[in-house]
Amino acid sequence: LVLSQGEQTICTCTSDRLLIKGAKIVNDDQSFCADIYMEDGLIKQIGENLIVPGGVKTIDAHGRMVMPGGIDVHTRFQMPDRGMTAADDFYQGTRAALAGGTTMIIDHVVPEPGMTLISAFNQWREWADSKACCDYSLHVDITEWHKGVLEEMEALVKDHGVNSFLVYLAYKDVFQLTDSQIYEVFSVIRDLGAIAQVHAENGDIIVEEQRRILELGITGPEGHVLSRPEELEAEAVNRSVTVANQTNCPLYITKVMSKSAADVIAQARKKGTVVYGEPITASLGTDGSHYWSKNWAKAATYVTSPPLSPDPTTPDYLNSLLSCGDLQVTGSAHCTFNTAQRAVGKDDFTLIPEGTNGTEERMSIIWDKCVVTGKMDENQFVAVTSTNAAKIFNLYPRKGRIAVGSDADLVLWDPELTKIISAKSHNLAVEYNIFEGTEVRGSPLVVISQGKIVLEDGNLHTTEGSGRYVTRKPFPDYVYKRIKARSRLAELRGVPRGLYDGPVCEVSVTPKAMTPASSAKTSPAKQPDQPVRNLHQSGFSLSGAQIDDNIPRRNTQRIVAPPGGRTNITSLG
Amino acid sequence: MVQKRPVKNVSHYSDKLIIKGGKIVNDDQSFYADIYIEDGTIKQIGENLIVPTGVKTVDAYGHIVIPGGIDVNTCLQAPHLGMTPADDFYHGTRAALTGGTTMIIDHVVPELGTSLLAAYDQWRDTAHKRSCCDYSLHIDITRWHDGLFEELEYLVKDKGVNSFLIFMAYKDKYQSSDTQIYEMFSAMRELGAIAQVHAENGDIIEEEQKKLLDLGITGPEGHVLSHPEEVETEAVYRAVTIAKQANCPLYVTKVMSKPAADVIAKARKKGMVIYGEPIAAGLGTDGSHYWSKNWAKAAAFVMSPPLSSDTSTPDYLSSLLSCGDLQVTASAHCTFTTAQKAVGKDNFTLIPEGTNGIEERMSIVWDKAVATGKMDENDFVAVTSTNAAKIFNLYPRKGRIAVGSDADIVIWNTKETKTFSAKTHNLTVEVNIFEGMECRGFPVVVISQGRIVLEDGKLNVTEGSGRFIPRKAYPDFVYKRIKARGRMADVRGVPRGNYDGPVHDVISMTKSVPATPTTRGPSCPGKTPGGPARNLHQSGFTLSGTQMDDHIARRTTQRIVAPPGGRSNITSLS
Repeated sequence: LVLSQGEQTICTCTSDRLLIKGAKIVNDDQSFCADIYMEDGLIKQIGENLIVPGGVKTIDAHGRMVMPGGIDVHTRFQMPDRGMTAADDFYQGTRAALAGGTTMIIDHVVPEPGMTLISAFNQWREWADSKACCDYSLHVDITEWHKGVLEEMEALVKDHGVNSFLVYLAYKDVFQLTDSQIYEVFSVIRDLGAIAQVHAENGDIIVEEQRRILELGITGPEGHVLSRPEELEAEAVNRSVTVANQTNCPLYITKVMSKSAADVIAQARKKGTVVYGEPITASLGTDGSHYWSKNWAKAATYVTSPPLSPDPTTPDYLNSLLSCGDLQVTGSAHCTFNTAQRAVGKDDFTLIPEGTNGTEERMSIIWDKCVVTGKMDENQFVAVTSTNAAKIFNLYPRKGRIAVGSDADLVLWDPELTKIISAKSHNLAVEYNIFEGTEVRGSPLVVISQGKIVLEDGNLHTTEGSGRYVTRKPFPDYVYKRIKARSRLAELRGVPRGLYDGPVCEVSVTPKAMTPASSAKTSPAKQPDQPVRNLHQSGFSLSGAQIDDNIPRRNTQRIVAPPGGRTNITSLG
Repeated sequence: MVQKRPVKNVSHYSDKLIIKGGKIVNDDQSFYADIYIEDGTIKQIGENLIVPTGVKTVDAYGHIVIPGGIDVNTCLQAPHLGMTPADDFYHGTRAALTGGTTMIIDHVVPELGTSLLAAYDQWRDTAHKRSCCDYSLHIDITRWHDGLFEELEYLVKDKGVNSFLIFMAYKDKYQSSDTQIYEMFSAMRELGAIAQVHAENGDIIEEEQKKLLDLGITGPEGHVLSHPEEVETEAVYRAVTIAKQANCPLYVTKVMSKPAADVIAKARKKGMVIYGEPIAAGLGTDGSHYWSKNWAKAAAFVMSPPLSSDTSTPDYLSSLLSCGDLQVTASAHCTFTTAQKAVGKDNFTLIPEGTNGIEERMSIVWDKAVATGKMDENDFVAVTSTNAAKIFNLYPRKGRIAVGSDADIVIWNTKETKTFSAKTHNLTVEVNIFEGMECRGFPVVVISQGRIVLEDGKLNVTEGSGRFIPRKAYPDFVYKRIKARGRMADVRGVPRGNYDGPVHDVISMTKSVPATPTTRGPSCPGKTPGGPARNLHQSGFTLSGTQMDDHIARRTTQRIVAPPGGRSNITSLS
């Protein structure tokens, strides 16, 4: 089923020797001037006065910035929704990505209920291998939870190069998992060395609010944002942080859309939680006031979850947090539907297919909102558009850095080039662009993907199906070094006590035989076992009665003190 | 089922009293005056009162005279695994009176299979026979069933109950899902009741318990290790979110940790109608004792949420209580003997939960908050009785010394100290969690229903003399703001023309996916999604044709409510 990758690589990468002269190379740590020589899709040499074969195509950068190609960590090209398919498929989507300076995407595999993870994964591979124009990788969404899922996750991590899984706290009765299930998924993810991603919104409350809003007779797109107030996003982020802390699992929040959700992430980081937040193009570049547009089709284009915040100060706030490091990665969550598809929900906003565009605009929007305004410098720009993502998802230094041996995915960036975003000129298949009319400074002049020029002089030269699947190993160092250290430290031990030998009251029943289990899907995890070791019977004691036995103490905890400190450390394991 | 309870004869013996020479302390001011009491109510306050002869005089010289305490959270009857608490209504209320508390509000915990009404009647019967002081009842929603809403309505309208508690913990037993909580909160707002929550994430707790038992940790330390304070904080945060959506007043019982208290404080700053209840145990001691080598002692501290193992917690909570971020104090008194606790000797999850505190509450608050200068005597009255009376609609009958109020009065010695010990306490259990603690401030005379029940260190209580105090819905203190917001937070749609472009075909499977997990709890019988009642698209209403500035994005449809502190997204207030 899976196409042979080697064959593809060879056939598409002919005449792939390139020299960029006089470039200002921008990595996340420093900028410097040097030439770059590329061959076979890799960076072979960096330096001045390079010795290169004759007849090499040369690009003169004239001191312009050359940076690692962007990595869009969140796309949903070709996503199926009730029999419809997202308008921008892997071809259209990756083409638009390249046009905007993004040379790699990570798409989400969404197994429909009843479908196995592996078969969904293979389905996505098949689609992408035949259509993608740039390198890609895949996150896998966990849309239900049972014993088989656990084994499939293991297979995906070990054999298929997947190291990130997403769980949904929303979409009740469709994708949503319970807290117990999330706890179990996170524990599995930690053991596998993967990264737990969450779609953070409280699905239970959303359903109630949707019902209420519909009962009020509000059926238009404004109902979407009214039924998903930002508190519900912040609540779900807070809850997933709590579960991640308990399971000592690295956490990654997709689509940070509101100020309050971003604040929860920032606060959790200060307390030492290993958590990453991903604002998206839409939340950085526009706001939720458009849901009230009189033009239904326009208002519907903005429908995404969590929704854009109607608070117009949100984009600026999120850009600031992105600049100061409280948020680390940017995606686009690109998932577009054309107006006819959206119109399925013309009389009921809950039926409008969700998702906005942004893969093409992402890099320019961030440059315009953050670098032009002086919130961040060019190096930080590289960090949030590619390097951090590469580190978190274990693609570094193959991606996200300009260095000898790295993939030749490069962007020649013109910080002065001004563009007006419009549906008339974009490379997408949809009629509306949520950034319509936005003027942005900063755009790619030349884009190089796999060592080949794909954008030059405003012309795209993409090859359908040339994108390679990039595998990602588990236990990314950037994420797991801290997790591992904490697991070692957070060992819990009981108090060795003598046997209690006083009277014991008679009780009639077992504790939890009262009601049927709460969730329809029973969890596959271990049944509560009897304790394996019993310290009461171990006979271990310090050395008889101690002189200070009467003084209360906690002799059984080692203390881990992550930055910011926390009061209750024992739960880190 | 409902049995007739004989009307209590309030006029026992010696029901005329005059309290002389004390400083009367209410929550708003203190002043010197005498108090004349007759028939269980305060008849006169002032100097040189004209009273009948032969009235017994109580000398309050040098002491303060305060409204009797109200303990808003007790569990004197709720069974655990078939065991009833060691201190029942008689022992419990007796201990309460000893400590200066003249009214309790007990939690009715219906066992599975019992209706709320049946449980309520059972509680009233027992309390009627055994209680020595006035009482009222909260009802805990332990199970979700058909007819629940009708029962709630009946309890509020005819049975004098205006507060219900929902459990976010005790998975597969009492725990409600978020959907259920939302519906309960909406129902309560409509009935004018107060939503209480036991805030802990039961799903996570169960997982942690499993993990600890797997590690071989079976002692009481496992209890606190499996209930980390983040889990409490998370649940408080979630309850706040839901209450805000439902525009329902929220009351968080048993605030045990610093971060949980912080969440409440922050929510108040954002304008939420929310109250936090720290308890005697949380204010007076900490969780380090779970590591005690003495199993029986460690087990005595087991309660949920657990005492925090952070030893700076009590001090922090009493500071928040003093500055108004927390408002009410209770005891959550629910005691079990060591033999009862020992049911969990090999497995901490089986230890029945609950600590003492009903007798010690007032003294602990005085010692920790007033003696240290964090609050004054008026604040003390506020947090021990007045605020509770206001929130639960007992004011000014309770919680105030005023003409017409019930004669539940305490003469309080502010100078001397008393030491708590299991040897001297009025409880039936062997271990007192405050053992050896020396507290400044204790009652010298306690008057309940106009009768002296404590004097010269001697208790003189009458079993069964306590009356049930009904509480009306819509307490002003709580609901004035809720009502105003209900009026303001009307949400309206955008009038648009009909969309008449092409519509894509879809496979109609909106939510036909197999029944899936309702989060955190059994499925609920609430209203099923109805179709939209009004459809603005069809109403034909438009502003007045096309507007000149139609192309400019705007929010024409929101009214702005601005509670203190401001918020970014207002539309959700209803």
